[in-house]
Amino acid sequence: MKLRLETAAMDALTVRLFDAIDESNMAWIMAADEALRRAFDHALIDLIPSYTTLLVHYDCQKLTFAQATTLVRSALRNLTPADAQQGQLHEIPVWYDERVGPELPIVAQRAGLSVEALIERHCSHDYCVFALGFAPGYGFMGLVDEAIATPRLKTPRRRVAAGSVGIADRQTAIYPLLSPGGWNILGRTAVPLFEHAKRGEPLLRPGDKVRFKAISQSEFEAAGGDTTPLEERS
Amino acid sequence: MSQPMLTVKQAGPLALIQDAGRFGVGHLGVTQGGAADWIAFRWANWLLGNPLESAALEIVMGGNLTLVANSDVRLALTGADLAATLDGQPLTPNDSFMMQAGQTLVFRQPKKGLRAYLAFPGGLDAPEVLGSQACTAREQIGGLHEDGKPLKTGDQLTWKGSSATPRQLPQGTQLPLPDSEETVLDMVLGSQAAHFAGRSLFDAFNQPWTVDQRADRMGIRLTGKALNSRLGGIVSEGIPLGAVQIPPDGQPIILMNDRQTIGGYPRLGALTPMACARLAQCLPGTKVRLQPISATQAQAAYRAQLLKWQ
Repeated sequence: MKLRLETAAMDALTVRLFDAIDESNMAWIMAADEALRRAFDHALIDLIPSYTTLLVHYDCQKLTFAQATTLVRSALRNLTPADAQQGQLHEIPVWYDERVGPELPIVAQRAGLSVEALIERHCSHDYCVFALGFAPGYGFMGLVDEAIATPRLKTPRRRVAAGSVGIADRQTAIYPLLSPGGWNILGRTAVPLFEHAKRGEPLLRPGDKVRFKAISQSEFEAAGGDTTPLEERS
Repeated sequence: MSQPMLTVKQAGPLALIQDAGRFGVGHLGVTQGGAADWIAFRWANWLLGNPLESAALEIVMGGNLTLVANSDVRLALTGADLAATLDGQPLTPNDSFMMQAGQTLVFRQPKKGLRAYLAFPGGLDAPEVLGSQACTAREQIGGLHEDGKPLKTGDQLTWKGSSATPRQLPQGTQLPLPDSEETVLDMVLGSQAAHFAGRSLFDAFNQPWTVDQRADRMGIRLTGKALNSRLGGIVSEGIPLGAVQIPPDGQPIILMNDRQTIGGYPRLGALTPMACARLAQCLPGTKVRLQPISATQAQAAYRAQLLKWQ
C-alpha cells in the first residue's frame, strides 16, 4: 500500500492506494473509507471506494483545497487494514439454469467442466464486493476461479432481467434492475438487490462478501423468483 | 374543490423533475442526478422565495410541452429561452408570472440555451428516493411514478406550498447561457493529465471544440483534434462531476449529473460546477473552449456564486 493523492476536480480528490486489482486491497480500502468518513464528517459530500482508489468529494464551503489535502493525509496516517470480518457476508441463493442463464452451458464447455462442476466452482468462493457502479446496487465482485473466467459477450444484450447472475472475465455480479448488459448469465436469484420503491437501500456495499448457493427451481419459485426465460424478455 | 395542479396536456421530448441531486449514495452505485444547470435551477426557486433546492421541472428543448392550470398559481421560469407562451403571449425568462385557472403554458423550441427551469410554490410534490426527488431514467429512480421516466401526457403536477413570495433577480444577474461566438468552460487539470502527450495538453486548451449530437444528462461529447493519453484503460475509479474523460478515439466526454459512479477511461481533469451549468445549456454544434483554472481559483468563484443567494 502506497498512498498517492491526486486532484480529480475542483472539490474532489482521488486517494490512490494500489495499482492493480487484488482481493487483499479491500481491507485497506475499507479502512481508508472509515477513516476518511470520520475525518471529513459533515464536510464529506460523497465517498466512492473502488478497486484501488477512493474518490473524496468534499464540501468546499467548509474546506479549502489545501485543508482537504491535509485532512486526507492526516486521516490516513498509520492506517491499518480493516478486519476481514467487518463487511457483511450475504448468502445469495441462485437458480442456475439454462432458461434463465443462457451462458451456463457455454461457460462450462469453455472451462472444460460439466454444468454441475461449473456451478460448484462458482459457489465455492466468498467473493469480495470491490465497488458498486454501472447501476444502483450493481456490485462488481471477484475474483472468480481463473478456470471459469469468461470474456464479456461480443454484443451486449439489450435487456437483462433483474436478479440475473453473470460472469465477465474474473468478476461476477448480480443485475439489480432490468438493464442492458454484456455479462455471461448463469442463473437468477430472487433476492432483491435494490427495492427503491419500498424506500430500501441497495443490499450490497463495498467491502461486503457474497457467497452463492445453488437452489432448485421449486425453491426459487417458492422464494418468489420470476422464471420467465431470459431470451423471451429481449 | 380539487387540489391545485398543472396537467400535462402534451408531453415534450424531455421534462424531468429535478432537485439539487442525490448525495452520499455514490458508493452504492447511485448517480448524483439533479438539475444540470444548477444555477438557473436555484434562481427559479429564488424568484418564488422557495428553499433553493426545492424540486422543479427541467425542460429540455421544449417540443410543445403543454401544461394547463386548474387554479391560479405563481410560477417562475429561468434558464433557456424555449419560446414559452402563456395563452399565446410570450413569457420573459428569468421572472415569475401568474398562471390563471384554465390558462395554457407551452414550451416550443430553444431560442437561446437548452434547458429551462420551471419552479412551483414550495417545490414540486414528488416521492423522495434515497434523500432526493431527482429523476434518473437510466436508474429507474425518481419521478412522479418512481420509474425515472420523464413527464408524460396526462401527468398531474402538484406542489408543496400554498403561496409564493415573489422577488426579482438582482440587477446585472448573469445566468449561464452559451456565448454567441465561443463558450469558455473552466477546467481544473487533474493529476492524470501528466499521462497525456504534451501536444495533446496544448491541443486541449488551444482549439475550439464542438458540442456533439451525442449529448445527454449522462455525458456530453466534444469533437475536435483528438487527444492521446499514454494510459490505456485504467482500473475503474470514482468519477467526479464534470470529469473530462478521454476514450480511445481521443474525443472528450464530459461526464454530467447522471454519469456512472465509476469508470475506467483516463481523465484530463474536470470542468468546474459553473462550467458544467454552462455546458448543460449548449446545443449540439456550439463551439466551446476549455480554459485551465486552479482548484483554489475555482473554489473562490464557486463560493462567490453561492453568496449571491444569501
